[in-house]
Amino acid sequence: MAKITFPVEASHIMMFARAVGDDNPVYHDAAAAKDTEAGGIIAPPTFVQGVAQFDPDYHLRPKAGEKWFGSGKTASGVEGKPSSSGGLHAEQHYEYHRHIRPGDVLTVETKPGRTWEKESKRAGKLTFRERITEYRDQNGELVITARGVGVTTERPVDQG
Amino acid sequence: MALKASTLKVGDTHSERVAENLSRTQIVQYAGASGDYNPLHTDEVYTTQVAGYPSVFAHGMLTMGLTGKMLTNYVGDGRLTTFGVRFTNQVWPGDTLDAKATVAAIREERGQHYVDLTLSTTNQDGKEVVSGSASARVDP
Repeated sequence: MAKITFPVEASHIMMFARAVGDDNPVYHDAAAAKDTEAGGIIAPPTFVQGVAQFDPDYHLRPKAGEKWFGSGKTASGVEGKPSSSGGLHAEQHYEYHRHIRPGDVLTVETKPGRTWEKESKRAGKLTFRERITEYRDQNGELVITARGVGVTTERPVDQG
Repeated sequence: MALKASTLKVGDTHSERVAENLSRTQIVQYAGASGDYNPLHTDEVYTTQVAGYPSVFAHGMLTMGLTGKMLTNYVGDGRLTTFGVRFTNQVWPGDTLDAKATVAAIREERGQHYVDLTLSTTNQDGKEVVSGSASARVDP
């Protein structure tokens, strides 16, 4: 997979913190953050998920001139495509080597990990796929290591 | 305000209500910030009529982010060394979530003190939606 350049910006950190309902000034107020142990604005622990914004090929973002699989005039924007429950997120793990700050320019590389299958009463056959993502800073130092596990289900998860 | 290894005990807990009557709009807000616009989270028509779910549901990463707010409020800013979760049940609009950290161990490595925590976030029915663990640097 190609490497992605992820410039870390203060406004993006602010929007991300708002979205997770976190009004801690260390995520949006430079003056207040300066007086904390962090010494300035830092990003919340799950912020690097926002790398999707910088992936030119990210499949879960509508793109100009391309058909989108959500609803438009009809329930599915892409006619004739079988319905799919898509992939669900099963696990996510982060290892922090340091906490990232506005101004960092991260280089992000994802490699496939293990794949395994499991039978589930609630969703049929489950296929799990692991992805290891390394976030390195402008000095080439490893900042965050992430391990995500996605699962595709045979059918939508039964809510019973 | 930082946690101290000398005063922490195995079994200590910290919990916070991290979402109350979760709105579809907050899920959309998370889609916008994270860049994950999967219609399963943002498009009720697609999710109910094509994907076969009862309604849109939260990104797992939103629930992890909400859990992370409790965690950083507890251990302090910039102190986490690891944070990992499993998504055990989906989170739906209208859910109210409580996130809890429990001290599993206090340890010292090369002069640095750490706390190991187990994490559990539950909904209004007491059903666990996230289970996980985290470690953080603490003061002596």
